[in-house]
Amino acid sequence: MQSDAKKSPSAPSTKTRFWHDPAKRALVFQILLVLGVFAVLWFIVQNTLHNLESRGITTGFAFLSQEAGFGIIQSLVEYSESSSYGQTFLVGLLNTILVSALGIFFATVLGFIIGVARLSNNWLVAKLASAYVEIFRNIPLLLQIFFWYFAVLRALPSPRQSFQPFDNVFLNVRGLFMPQPMPQQGFELVWWALLIAIAGSVVLARWSKKRQDATGQLFPVYKTALALIIGLPLIVFWLSGSPLTWDEPALRGFNFRGGMTIIPELAALLVALSIYTAAFIAEIVRSGIQAVSKGQTEAASALGLSKAKVLRLVVIPQSVRVIIPPLTSQYLNLIKNSSLATAIGYPDLVSVFAGTTLNQTGQAIEVIFMTMLVYLTLSLLVSAFMNWFNTRMALVER
Amino acid sequence: MTTNTTNSAAARELNDELMVELRGVNKWYGQFHVLKDVNLEVRKGERIVICGPSGSGKSTTIRCINRLEEHQKGDIIVGGTTLNNDLKNIETIRREVGMVFQHFNLFPHLTVLENCCLAPIWVRKIPRKEAEAMAMKYLERVKIQDQALKFPGQLSGGQQQRVAIARSLCMNPQVMLFDEPTSALDPEMIKEVLDVMIELAQEGMTMICVTHEMGFAKTVADRVIFMDKGQIIEENDPHNFFNHPQSERTQLFLSQILQH
Ligand SMILES: Nc1ncnc2c1ncn2[C@@H]1O[C@H](COP(=O)(O)OP(=O)(O)OP(=O)(O)O)[C@@H](O)[C@H]1O
Ligand SMILES: [Mg+2]
Repeated sequence: MQSDAKKSPSAPSTKTRFWHDPAKRALVFQILLVLGVFAVLWFIVQNTLHNLESRGITTGFAFLSQEAGFGIIQSLVEYSESSSYGQTFLVGLLNTILVSALGIFFATVLGFIIGVARLSNNWLVAKLASAYVEIFRNIPLLLQIFFWYFAVLRALPSPRQSFQPFDNVFLNVRGLFMPQPMPQQGFELVWWALLIAIAGSVVLARWSKKRQDATGQLFPVYKTALALIIGLPLIVFWLSGSPLTWDEPALRGFNFRGGMTIIPELAALLVALSIYTAAFIAEIVRSGIQAVSKGQTEAASALGLSKAKVLRLVVIPQSVRVIIPPLTSQYLNLIKNSSLATAIGYPDLVSVFAGTTLNQTGQAIEVIFMTMLVYLTLSLLVSAFMNWFNTRMALVER
Repeated sequence: MTTNTTNSAAARELNDELMVELRGVNKWYGQFHVLKDVNLEVRKGERIVICGPSGSGKSTTIRCINRLEEHQKGDIIVGGTTLNNDLKNIETIRREVGMVFQHFNLFPHLTVLENCCLAPIWVRKIPRKEAEAMAMKYLERVKIQDQALKFPGQLSGGQQQRVAIARSLCMNPQVMLFDEPTSALDPEMIKEVLDVMIELAQEGMTMICVTHEMGFAKTVADRVIFMDKGQIIEENDPHNFFNHPQSERTQLFLSQILQH
């Protein structure tokens, strides 16, 4: 190669050889790759069909309408032992979405707080935040799930000896039991009020921006919107005669009936996922803020901008674009990690569908295919949303 | 560079009004005594050049004037207001004091025009239209109006520094501070920035410049100040400063920088 390169200037433009032309070389590699992938796929499909045939396993999705015959400890929709496998799938899917959505919310809030705390000028606060990150980032997630489930929640007292932090709130080994709000006739008005308040806030934000562009005057949009969104529904609620009752949990026999329950499996999984992921998000937030150079803050302050405006107009818009891509991948990790639910029996999709359903029906291909498709779809949806958010926040930079 | 210094500095009639005043300013970084009893009076319309070896506290001195650094002893008075720890007081003073940095520090996520409008809109509360018109006026003055809609990353260093100057001017400051505005620039871009600064000086702007551009000092400075080890060693009009330096350290410094 080297001698070739040395010679070439003196040699008057010989024709480039086929395998020296990067474009042609890339094309050849791509063709080879595609051929290879097809060969492997063909082999797998042939092999599976052959195996299924020889074992006499039915294929197809007819099993989804068969009766499942097993119960699930938590379901967001109507479900019983006589429900179909299709409903099992739905229950598992909703449970996965529930724990992932709550996990993403808490991990984000906690992660941002701890990330900012790591940059605090207060020595103790900063050290505590780094200790948090170092501890929770470096212990395997499965172990943390076990810790919260077996060491903390399983160690709670029996229903008869429940902790009672508030009236009608009971904490015991079976879970956390709370009164459930039961909207009565007329409660729809409150929802309408909330909707109107949100729409009003959007209009208010637009109006205030227009007014600022035209007259330069600022309007406290955030505070007003917050007051509107909280205040309006409350007023409507009060005016319409408080149309809400509470279904309170009560001890019947060995357990509580009525009210709302958070089962310990959900609590343990949620706490572990949130705390673990928050450690990573904290690091992302810290490095995102540090990525904005001190010169930016200095230049903005030197122009007379207040500390809050420096953050809002200069630092945050720049750090958000650094933060969002790795933040997205943490969200995807959290969704995928939620499948560790199986280990403590939280009925997520993998546990009830790729676990129990697969075992009972034996239709591995269909079940695994559907499960993978769900995770793929969820991940792509989250990515798409985050990308949209990123382009909105970041816009162009050269 | 021109050597026509006669009609510049010392000969000019100066206003008596004090714009910036440092009285016995002292500053420490931990044990390290960075500024030792710095006294400086800058009158309205006066142009000061500060020079001195690296680490002598030049940047620290001017950064104390707009509270990017906090001094521990002495008084700093800007436009009649004494600097204290009150945030409102600091913000008020910063509005009146423009600053240009060695590394430009333009906001990369905003266009050139938005860079210039940001503070007028959010601090001075000027309507966007007016702010943009004013920004265009200043961008024209630094001869960069064609680039108004570009992002800072798309401009050369010299262009970025001129935008940074325009951005400061948009706040209508009473004083401009320059911290080595040309030392991060390629030689061919230094002149375009110096030309803008010279023009600004001729329009009567009060300026305090940390710079080693001796040609600039000779052309526009009313006074040249030499700092070493946190102290003001010598202070004189450019003619006497360059031709008859009093202290040995000044002579040594001048011989070193005038060599090349
Ligand atoms: N944040 C800080 N902490 C500790 N020491 C500092 C800090 N900032 C500056 N110094 C020290 O203070 C002294 C003065 O720094 P300053 O930046 O004012 O020098 P300067 O005259 O501007 O030098 P240069 O020509 O290199 O810019 C230097 O010795 C520097 O090391
Ligand atoms: Mg400096």
